[in-house]
Amino acid sequence: MSSVLVSTTVNGDPVQFACPPDETLLNSLRDRLGLTGAKEGCGTGDCGSCSITLDGRLVCSCLVLGVEAEGREITTVEGLAEGSTLHPLQQQFIDQAALQCGICTPGFLVAAKALLDRNPDPTETEIRYALAGNLCRCTGYDKIVRAVQAAAKDMRKAAKKNAKKKK
Amino acid sequence: MKHDQSYTDQDFKVIGSRVPRPDGVDKVTGRARYGADAYAPGQLTGLVLRSPHAHARIKKIDISKAEKLPGVKAVITAADLPDLTEGRRDLFDTLENCMARDRALYDGHAVAAVAAIDRNTAKQALKLIKVSYEKQPHVTDVDEAMKPDAPIVQPHIQQDGKPSNIAQRMEFGHGDVDEGLKEADVVIEKSYKTEQTHQGYIEPHACLASVSPDGTGDLWVTTQGHFQYRNVCASLLGMDVAKLKVTSSEIGGGFGGKTHVWIEPLALALSRKANRPVKMVMSREEVFKASGPTCSTSMDVRIGARKDGTITSAFIECRYMDGAFPGIWGMLGGMTAWACYDLKNVKSVGVDVLCNRPKVAAYRAPSAPMMAFGVESTLDLVAAEIGMDPIDLRLKNVAREGTRSSYGPTYGPIGIEATLQAVKNHPQMKKKLGKNQGRGMACGFWFNIGGQTCVDLNIGVDGTVSLTQGTVDVGGARASMAMIAAEELGIPYEDVKSNVGDTASLGHNDTTEGSRGTFSSGLATIFAARDAIQVLKERAAKMWDIPVEQVTWENGEARAVGAEHNNLPPLSLKEIAAKSPTTGGPIAGHNEVTADGAGVSFASHICDVEVDPETGRTEILRYTVVQDAGKAIHPDYVEGQMQGAAAQGIGWALNEEYIYGKDGLLQNPGFLDYRIPVCSDLPFIDTKILEIPNPNHPYGIRGVGETSIVPPLAAIGNAVSQAVGVRLDHVPMSPPRILKALDEQAA
Amino acid sequence: MQVSLTGPLRAAAGGAADVDINARTIRELLGKLIEQYPGMNNHMEQGIAVSVDGTMYRDDWDVEIPDGVEVVLLPRIQGG
Repeated sequence: MSSVLVSTTVNGDPVQFACPPDETLLNSLRDRLGLTGAKEGCGTGDCGSCSITLDGRLVCSCLVLGVEAEGREITTVEGLAEGSTLHPLQQQFIDQAALQCGICTPGFLVAAKALLDRNPDPTETEIRYALAGNLCRCTGYDKIVRAVQAAAKDMRKAAKKNAKKKK
Repeated sequence: MKHDQSYTDQDFKVIGSRVPRPDGVDKVTGRARYGADAYAPGQLTGLVLRSPHAHARIKKIDISKAEKLPGVKAVITAADLPDLTEGRRDLFDTLENCMARDRALYDGHAVAAVAAIDRNTAKQALKLIKVSYEKQPHVTDVDEAMKPDAPIVQPHIQQDGKPSNIAQRMEFGHGDVDEGLKEADVVIEKSYKTEQTHQGYIEPHACLASVSPDGTGDLWVTTQGHFQYRNVCASLLGMDVAKLKVTSSEIGGGFGGKTHVWIEPLALALSRKANRPVKMVMSREEVFKASGPTCSTSMDVRIGARKDGTITSAFIECRYMDGAFPGIWGMLGGMTAWACYDLKNVKSVGVDVLCNRPKVAAYRAPSAPMMAFGVESTLDLVAAEIGMDPIDLRLKNVAREGTRSSYGPTYGPIGIEATLQAVKNHPQMKKKLGKNQGRGMACGFWFNIGGQTCVDLNIGVDGTVSLTQGTVDVGGARASMAMIAAEELGIPYEDVKSNVGDTASLGHNDTTEGSRGTFSSGLATIFAARDAIQVLKERAAKMWDIPVEQVTWENGEARAVGAEHNNLPPLSLKEIAAKSPTTGGPIAGHNEVTADGAGVSFASHICDVEVDPETGRTEILRYTVVQDAGKAIHPDYVEGQMQGAAAQGIGWALNEEYIYGKDGLLQNPGFLDYRIPVCSDLPFIDTKILEIPNPNHPYGIRGVGETSIVPPLAAIGNAVSQAVGVRLDHVPMSPPRILKALDEQAA
Repeated sequence: MQVSLTGPLRAAAGGAADVDINARTIRELLGKLIEQYPGMNNHMEQGIAVSVDGTMYRDDWDVEIPDGVEVVLLPRIQGG
């Protein structure tokens, strides 16, 4: 099988890579572009540790082919921070001790951001169901949910401040 | 013990606070590197060919076509892994489990492996390997395996001179349980079953192996014990221990499942044959089929009690399904079963039984949850029979300081009574329950262990401290070690950076298991810091030109004692470090210890559930964990262990099980059908940390990681049984089982 | 001094729950135990832990055993 050249945008940067047509986007990101933040936990879309956004939509990158990235926009966990400033979700995950081994954390951060981007003030139930596609075996999810709630609060506060500034 | 380990009951400046962890930023930015995140120039992809049969004789393996495929650099079978175990049966079992020799013993047992230039070539190569199997009858159920005509898994294991699947039978206890029955007013006898579960770590086994023709090797691997992996791999491959350098990656969950080698010897053997680095990563299906899940069990419990609640006879026999190779699972269960109670007549029997299933590995407080399910469920039946509150029944028989434990030694200060009192008075007990709702509680115990540990503490010229530990960090140990070093030295937490060293950097460290990490490494860190303080005092003495006996260390500074030195201002650690090049060179502290005196940890849990009588689905409404931690170094991480363990127990109690078909093949090797709890399945899990100090640790530390997986099976069993009005005796209490129990009751 | 045996160690001592051995350290105790009951050797391989006055020792065999304290021998445990 000969490789296909793929041109795409990852975390705002234009990139190119070559991959066999049957390679998953997860493997292309990890093995071709060195972005090892997304993890393979199952390879069948059941654990969410490979979560990324594709044209703004939350997907399991193990269920997308590398060649499908052509011309699209991808965000991974590596694109959440702005320079050295952590995203409020990243900061709250640390502050609330919402990670133990951390293997599921990149997936949770991407999924939680996707939730808060469309629903800035979710209830506890809405958070739990939005994150039901991400498995964690270490924490029991308690501190993860609290971290998302705290980050949502931080983000709403910041948005209010920005809105005031613009007036 | 060479150093004084006695509890000091001191006030703390750093210990007990909630500081940010040192690996936090790396883990939230994707920078942290786990087992599969390493790459080497020229690396090959390794894949394993696995038996499609539950039990088969391997007549012949033809690898010739696979070897000739362009891009294939090495193909190995058992022929490439000669037996160097010199009669050590446990090591031979490990060798045979990693790669089948003349028989495949379970669905997924490795029979060959390849290393090729890319994944697709490796996959093609596997297809070209021709294995001739002769299928044998198989057995996958623990009770079936004990029958006289059952297919034999390991012919060398014999009972009464005949091959048997019963590997071992161990008894623990004291008194006379038959005599004790005569004193009882009520006797409850019941049998229970629990199905096989997996630790369920989200990160599959992964490693990158590189072996050189001169016999040196490098192994990057996700593991709970890189020193243990080094020892085992070196033994199996005939390498010198000191020439194999093993580096522990960040670990994406272990819970006992990453304390044994699976693919690592294969990756090393392939690398040696190909003379190139080989990366091997297990698929999720391989993790389920061919790593080390825990045992399934069947058990019988019998409790006799007087009307006032005094237990006069306590008996349990539990049969553990060890998989295809024997382990000590029956022994561990037998020792923990009755540990929470003060009993005159007590007996527990643990039996190890072999089946055509993967070789069982440790899973968080191994073997304890199963017997606890039997014991704690039956205690509730006894309470109901004599009309006593379940908590009061347990308090009536609770173990205390001075109680002779059911497994032998007399207890020192312990926390089980305190956890029961905390549960009794907890606000959750007062919440009103509605229709189809039930409440249950249960207790649990785990020993915790110590073990071999080394720590290096190096003080930089700017006075910041670099700490190198050998215990793998599974839950926050680097933060805890830095806190301990900061506390001992009297400096800010932010001035200490802890790292996990590779096997070339330190002496042997035992695996992070048995809740030993904080206890053992903490001990070693304390003594390494005190070692460094001695050096700091000597340097200060030199700088002041006074005898070292006149120097003390307080709050991060050296002080000169004695009236004649009153005008000498204290010297801070930073000042002493800055002068170190000319006062004797680098300042370091070092400690090697076999940490003993680990403290036992008890827990009591409360669970409220609601069961839908139409679907059999159970919703957890409220869950509370009360556990004795001795001393919570970092409360966030202690809470995290309690919540995580409870969540695993909840999954085990309600949904998780290995399902084998009549063909002996595993039917659900994936996260879709092996259903672990997801975020929407659980409520917030309340925690209450008690601190009854361990008298054998300066800070009173007890291990905490394991105990809280022990109570959930019974806490939920007791709650569900209350909710539906019928006793559930088969774990997991999944919807089909609950509906069946309800149907049987209605009939 | 009285040494209590638990579990499989009793079988190796002919079923006895307690044996009488004099020793100053754990190392001496285990050595004399194997001398008197050669069947204990198998258990040494798997590992024996010693509880001295309620404190559990799995590795440190230089530990001294004071007079009159409880001594219990158990199989060596591991965790997960």
